[in-house]
Amino acid sequence: MITQLFIRALGARLYWVVGLLLLAAILVPVSNLLLPIGHPLRVPNYMVALMGKYLTYAMLALALDLVWGYVGILSLGHGAFFALGGYAMGMYLMRQIGSRGVYGNAELPDFMVFLNWSELPWYWWGFDHFWFAMLMVMAVPGLLAFVFGWFAFRSRVTGVYLSVITQAMTYALMLAFFRNDMGFGGNNGLTDFREIVGYSIQAPGTRAALFAATAVALALSFVICSAITKSKLGKIMVAVRDAESRTRFIGYRPEYVKLFAFVVSAVIAGIAGALYVPQVGIINPGEFAPANSIEIVVWAAVGGRGTLVGPIIGAILVNYAKTWFTAAYPDLWLFALGGLFVAVTLFLPKGIVGTIGRYFEDRRDTKAARASETPDLPVVRPEKPPVHRLSGADASPQPAE
Amino acid sequence: MIFTDFLRRHVMMIAVALLATCGGASAQSVEDLVRQLPEGSYSDRAEIVSQIAATGDPRAANLLDALAAGELNVVEATGQIVTLSGRGDPLDAVDALTGESIGEVAKASVERIRVNNSLRRAVRTAVGQLTLMSGDANTRMTAARAMFQAGDPDNVELLDEAIAEEQNAAVLQVMEEARAVAILRSDAEPAAFAAAVDTIAVRGDRQALGILQAALSSATADVTPTIEKGIADIQGRLALLDVGQNVWYGVSLGAVLLLAAIGLAITFGVMGVINMAHGEMVMLGAYTTFLVQNFIRVSFPELFDWSLAFALPAAFLVTGLIGIAIERGVIRFLYGRPLETLLATWGLSLIIQQAVRTTFGASNREVGNPSWMSGSFDFYGIAITWNRFFIVIFALIVFAALLLVLKRTALGLQMRAVTQNRRMASSMGIRTPWVDAMTFGLGSGIAGLAGVALSQIDNVSPNLGQGYIIDSFMVVVFGGVGNLWGTLVGAMTLGVLNKFLEPYAGAVLAKILLLVFIILFIQKRPRGLFAQKGRAVEA
Repeated sequence: MITQLFIRALGARLYWVVGLLLLAAILVPVSNLLLPIGHPLRVPNYMVALMGKYLTYAMLALALDLVWGYVGILSLGHGAFFALGGYAMGMYLMRQIGSRGVYGNAELPDFMVFLNWSELPWYWWGFDHFWFAMLMVMAVPGLLAFVFGWFAFRSRVTGVYLSVITQAMTYALMLAFFRNDMGFGGNNGLTDFREIVGYSIQAPGTRAALFAATAVALALSFVICSAITKSKLGKIMVAVRDAESRTRFIGYRPEYVKLFAFVVSAVIAGIAGALYVPQVGIINPGEFAPANSIEIVVWAAVGGRGTLVGPIIGAILVNYAKTWFTAAYPDLWLFALGGLFVAVTLFLPKGIVGTIGRYFEDRRDTKAARASETPDLPVVRPEKPPVHRLSGADASPQPAE
Repeated sequence: MIFTDFLRRHVMMIAVALLATCGGASAQSVEDLVRQLPEGSYSDRAEIVSQIAATGDPRAANLLDALAAGELNVVEATGQIVTLSGRGDPLDAVDALTGESIGEVAKASVERIRVNNSLRRAVRTAVGQLTLMSGDANTRMTAARAMFQAGDPDNVELLDEAIAEEQNAAVLQVMEEARAVAILRSDAEPAAFAAAVDTIAVRGDRQALGILQAALSSATADVTPTIEKGIADIQGRLALLDVGQNVWYGVSLGAVLLLAAIGLAITFGVMGVINMAHGEMVMLGAYTTFLVQNFIRVSFPELFDWSLAFALPAAFLVTGLIGIAIERGVIRFLYGRPLETLLATWGLSLIIQQAVRTTFGASNREVGNPSWMSGSFDFYGIAITWNRFFIVIFALIVFAALLLVLKRTALGLQMRAVTQNRRMASSMGIRTPWVDAMTFGLGSGIAGLAGVALSQIDNVSPNLGQGYIIDSFMVVVFGGVGNLWGTLVGAMTLGVLNKFLEPYAGAVLAKILLLVFIILFIQKRPRGLFAQKGRAVEA
């Protein structure tokens, strides 16, 4: 009965998404590992890794949607959390290389031997244990989000200013991680991984397992985000997004709401990063680049922010388009991406899922209105809220505040 | 009386002149004198050396140097004086006077003209006379500098004479410093030593520091405190110079930031939109300069020095028009949604970057400095390059012009009104959409001007804008949008802070620290230094 309530409360959409993801988590590995090569239904090895990568991006977009679509924080630095989770996983994988590296040092990764370091720095301790690394994957982005958010939200930094300083945060981290003497591999990053929990990273079995893990993680994140957004806290989040001052005057604490959402989002992004690194095989400071973080925003925007499904679809679609473009017409990809930004903001402000959802809502409202019509009374159509509901202001430029 | 005074003062010169006249029926030429070198004793050679010096022949100095180094040889058969090169036997011979090669000679057929220390001293004196007391000021200066570098204690008397007669202030200065160095290396009495230390300390640069530190290592106890005081003085002066240099670098960087950020500040202030394509406007300004310069190079090469004067209005127009087009075409439809505008302008920036990359290629393009912007000058020990100097002036001019536009023109008045209260301004009859378009155009135009300036000091590539966009944001966020002065103060502060941190932390870490500082600063003043005053509560 509780499950029934749970499911009814969270909606049918959840059923579909989670079901599809779990199905994929089972079917793709099965088809990749059990079907013979050349079989038309077999998923090739490269595609398993590629789809795994897309799913980690989808998780990242979902994380951003939680803070942007529901709380109104346009974070242009979410790539930082993704990259931090990735680095934590990368550090674990580097320790697993052991003495099989180029320099054959059991303790120190190759780049440290190259830099003439004699011992492991303190921040690398513990990363040879999987559980510790996984803890760090969640703790480090979470901690950064907590500290950053604590200072930012309590000082009521909002809007464009907040976006700019999230960008500054990720830019500063990028500069820091590019330095060779930071001890994180410098501009080469961490790479050349061999094993993860004892299994070879390159083996098709491990890849399939990683894909399945990613799909399951995405499903779990989706459930968590749905639970949050459909709860009372979710309603307060939307209130903070649409009318922050009013929410504060009523008695809620917007800064804590924002902080909570920001930290949860950062943790999800960190896990996404950790799943991304073994499938891609490398993590380098370029992941911190502000351009990457802004791309996440377009995935969420294309799919439809404020809906949790939208960013998942958007991330997969846009990245598929990127893969296709950069293979077929590499010179045109940036035109396409730029055009996508402009087109989505101008013509598809609610994204694909949002627009479809809106269409169905309109049809439902019209049908309800027509159904309740009495012959001698004029048709009362329900008031349509203004199109730009998500941003809340009226249709004229506001001065910067 | 006058005659004896004259004799006394110029006794050396007269002696030499007399010798020269006595040496032969008429003044002998250098060739004749040189041929007499191999004969006679060392003291005879010393006399010939002074006669050679007296001739004032320009080849004499090199010849005498070669003699002192033991490089002169005589071909026994012909008596010709040669220098030898090569190894083994036979050797290549070159005439010492004319420099012509005379072919090969057997080693046995030449004899080296030998020198001893007293002869060397005589040569040194003679060379010193030739150069230090030459008629040409440049020669004297070169000789004095060479003596400063050499620091030979034996030069003291020579320098004393030269100083007594020197009229040119600059040459005199160098001579005195050379003399001081020579004294430091010799065994002078404490008073003279102290005076020499003071002279070097006054010179105050790194070379002086090196000289004094070398003297310290070989000094006796009684002169050590003098030298140490001199060293301390120089180091104090050098530290001050370093600070001054850093301040200059900071001001120069601040001017660049100001140029890049001021357009953004205006747009953000009036319209509340952060224009992520601002960096690309700067880049387009730089490319316009490139095109204008190319055109001038091909069609009117003599006007190259004026190329910037043409590039400035061209860049302003091009980027201004593109800015207005962006505003009318994209931003107008996104009113009230600043975050969406941010994204849309980011998309536009990608498109513009890729368009430039496709048209001009991804590699750097060459933009040259006009001649009046090349080189540098020295300002009390601080080296200031002309191009950065002019960019600082240009930034201040642009700032002043903008202030003028904002405070004294109708457009400026309307812009300020719209910034303060858009609805009220609209009610008063101001056409706010038109003001928006003009503001965006103005902001983009200024970015274009910044691009012209930046093309002089930075690489012109499609990625030029990206390098400045984050810094521009930081300036705007830090300085606030209430006031143009905020942008000025913000830009200069960030520039100077950055350059002050650099010597201690390195360029990258300095930038990181600055970013962290801004993030923390925003907590204290969420709207920047010079915030917009008002009581509007958002949403």
